Amino acid sequence: MKTNLGIRPKSLWLTFGNNRCVYVLAMLFFLFFSKNLDAQEGIVEKIEDSILHINLDEVVLISSRKALGHQKQTKPLSSLDEYLESAQKVNMVKRGAYAWEPTLNNMFSERLSVTIDGMRIFGACTDKMDPITSYVDVSNLSKAHVVSGQQGAEHGTTIGGAMDLELHKSNFANTGLKGSLESGFETNNELRIVGAALDYSSDKFYVDGDIIYRKAENYFDGKGNEVGFSQYGKYNFSANGGYKVNDGNKLTATLIFDEARDVGYSALPMDVSLARALITSVGFEQDKLGTFSDWKSKLYFNKVTHVMDDSKRPDVPIRMDMPGWSDTYGFLSQLKKITDKHNFLLKWDGFYNKSLAEMTMYPNNPNESPMFMLTWPDVRTLNTGFYAQDQIDFKGSSLKLSTRIAIQNNKVADELGLNSLRIFYSDLEQSQNHFLKSVSAQYLKHLEPFHINLGISYGDRAPSVSEGYGFFLFNSFDNYDYIGNPGLKNEKSFEGNAKISLQRAKFKTSLEGNIFHISDYIIGEVDPMLSAMTIGAEGVKVYSGLKYADLVNVSWDMEYSILPELKWSGIVSYHRGTDNDHRNLPFISPVAYRSGLTYKKETFSGTMTMKGAGKQSNFNGVFGEDQTQAYTVFSLTFGKTFYLSNDWVYAKVGLENIFDEYYSTYTDWNNIPRMGRNFFLSLSYSIN
Amino acid sequence: MKTIKLVIAAIIFSIGFSSCTKDDDSPIVEENPLADYKMVSSLKANAHTIEVYSEQEQYIIGYNELFIRIKDDASDSYISNAEISWTPLMHMSQMKHSCPKSAIVEDGDESVYKGFVIFQMPGNDDEYWDLTLDYTIDGVAYSVTQLLDVKAPADNKRRVTVFTGSDDVRYVLAMMPLTPEVAINDFSAMLFKMENMMTFSLAENYEVALDPRMPSMGNHSSPNNVNLVYDAESKMYMGKLSLTMTGYWKINMKLLNESNEVIKGEDVTDENTESSLFFELEF
Repeated sequence: MKTNLGIRPKSLWLTFGNNRCVYVLAMLFFLFFSKNLDAQEGIVEKIEDSILHINLDEVVLISSRKALGHQKQTKPLSSLDEYLESAQKVNMVKRGAYAWEPTLNNMFSERLSVTIDGMRIFGACTDKMDPITSYVDVSNLSKAHVVSGQQGAEHGTTIGGAMDLELHKSNFANTGLKGSLESGFETNNELRIVGAALDYSSDKFYVDGDIIYRKAENYFDGKGNEVGFSQYGKYNFSANGGYKVNDGNKLTATLIFDEARDVGYSALPMDVSLARALITSVGFEQDKLGTFSDWKSKLYFNKVTHVMDDSKRPDVPIRMDMPGWSDTYGFLSQLKKITDKHNFLLKWDGFYNKSLAEMTMYPNNPNESPMFMLTWPDVRTLNTGFYAQDQIDFKGSSLKLSTRIAIQNNKVADELGLNSLRIFYSDLEQSQNHFLKSVSAQYLKHLEPFHINLGISYGDRAPSVSEGYGFFLFNSFDNYDYIGNPGLKNEKSFEGNAKISLQRAKFKTSLEGNIFHISDYIIGEVDPMLSAMTIGAEGVKVYSGLKYADLVNVSWDMEYSILPELKWSGIVSYHRGTDNDHRNLPFISPVAYRSGLTYKKETFSGTMTMKGAGKQSNFNGVFGEDQTQAYTVFSLTFGKTFYLSNDWVYAKVGLENIFDEYYSTYTDWNNIPRMGRNFFLSLSYSIN
Repeated sequence: MKTIKLVIAAIIFSIGFSSCTKDDDSPIVEENPLADYKMVSSLKANAHTIEVYSEQEQYIIGYNELFIRIKDDASDSYISNAEISWTPLMHMSQMKHSCPKSAIVEDGDESVYKGFVIFQMPGNDDEYWDLTLDYTIDGVAYSVTQLLDVKAPADNKRRVTVFTGSDDVRYVLAMMPLTPEVAINDFSAMLFKMENMMTFSLAENYEVALDPRMPSMGNHSSPNNVNLVYDAESKMYMGKLSLTMTGYWKINMKLLNESNEVIKGEDVTDENTESSLFFELEF
């Protein structure tokens, strides 16, 4: 196969920049050197067959620190965004090369509960440039749990589902001191990754630490054009510790510090000069409490600072600064009770969030005063809720019931902000309450060889800070300024899901679907009476509740073991979203498919994947959408583990978008093209 | 004579002493009721000192709320129950004219007299304002004329506008002082008809349509402004002005008469970015 390597001067590794050349040579040397080591064969790989579970959840394994984990990954040091994108129901909205926003069941962050180890964190950017997932790195995480719909209500109210990012912990594994070094390189955007981790664990005490640094230049699309403002740089440090007070009692603590600087957002009119998060928690765990077990409690605090900046843009109608801050204090405490038939989980949690964002614009006439406004008027959200679930086992079937009841208070703490909103809503109360509830029933029946899952649920959510209190938030996608609406009703979702799966020795398949009927669906609607604030914007949209909207997602997946080492898998999915006037909802995926071959034998692994989507036929120009064309992209990866006595070296190389396809997906903000052909190389050295 | 001198000396001493102990907790005998205002002029005439106070640092174009006190130089005390009238006069090279003004009334304290003057233009090297005060104390009439230095406000923003309407009447529209906030502000103005060079009468029952804009923000406007309508009690035009952010705002206006005909001003559109009738604000 002849590929066009080397045609593009800037994007290929045949014409390195000095830096890149040195870097790749160093890595190749490392690879060559390790090849000569005693390549000890015979690692036993135990991959548990995924047990058909009552929860229709997906677990994205991240565990970049473990040899086995590494081998399973097609691209071990890829960003968390790329990991999440591999989950079936997840799509990533891309505004640049960094900090993609996850969507689940075609719903965005305000309809999802995204947590880190159960902790609520809220981004500080009014333009959603810092989803929570951007403040952790794969080096911190062991897995991501992706749960659809109300089954995700365990960590907070949700409509579309939940993502909980589980942090890596040694958990008193008594493995002593272990360390690893990681490095990675990608040719397309000169991405350089270096990381190190050091874990110590005894049966009394553990502490895990890691640090990772990523730096990327602009990437190039499939036509060889440089995508401006797609550079980024970030580092992340995390430490986790635990101490066993006595046999049944443990203390735990977590600290994550993440800082990104000079992050370009190609699809937006502004970049980010600083995005920083400090995430902390202390926890207490007790094995038994009366007749209950697994009592876990946690106190947490996190602080997010986000500074938007346009100083690097050559041509803007007006210069502006847009910093934002989001602080969250929270707690959670949960208990289990397990009997023969029942499996109870009771949870009490709460958080207090302060969201403040401001905008200062500097007129082109230097004698004029700067123009200042609060885009998030210091909104204080106090939320506390109870969650209970019971999983009841019958013969050949099981039933899971769960409920969450929560009270949320929103208060506009800033006087200027309150007065600003009162320009639009003269009788706005400073404080408002929302009563939130969720109930869900999920049933699993074994009818060998079939498994049938059925579920129905109801849940609601309060408007997000932007939807309730945002003040002239510019959306570059539809080119409108958005005004929050404090009078919005809770958005309510009735949801049904079904799945039928068949499992044979060599073959697995399942057909799955869900439907959401969402009333008072919150979306921005044009108010022709209002005048745009942003220069060049079409007008102003005010958040309002549609009578209802319906979303449907159907997917069919298959897996076939051609040989014990060779596995084929494929998935095809269909999605549809309409409102009560049969208008198409924005950001609904066209038919999408993915297919791949995975080969694993001893220390060698390889994958070949194809993914793509059909032409988007259901789009809506009113929401700024245009038709996204069909595309198919192919990728190849190879991995190999080398052993050096107890230590191992794992190398992985891959080629993504082999045919240099020029494409953008329906989630790409303002149709920015995705990355063209990209070669990646990652090396991990583990010291045991 | 010596004893008188001694007595006076004693009185002065005691006054000096008492003024020295002003900082004490003891009740202050002589507190200046205009301590919060700025004295913009002080003039000695007719054995009186006439002090004029303003909220502003100086006499400015537009609405000036002024407070007057008359001190008897002999007794060094402020005079109550004076009757005062005033005439501001602009001496231009070709002509002289006055400006809209109120009557002068007592303001709370018996020795403080209050009124307003709306200067339409600043003075310069060749043209100047003066203010003649005619006052009567205990049946004795006095008069004093002083030169005024009327300047543009420090921010040089337009707060008063003089124009000839489509009805061929000359009007003066002046904005009342405002501390603008990002909010819906109470906003008011006064409208006068110029009867002749010296006489300005209140113009009642018109309406002033508001359209605040930010020229630096692509002429961004704000919602929920309320047009100025005449309030007979305060003799002012009152409405609401909403400002969505700080910065420079041009308050475009249209003056409408009772039959809703446009007397002055134009609609702001994409083509016509401003009205010929406007005020300015910056904060």
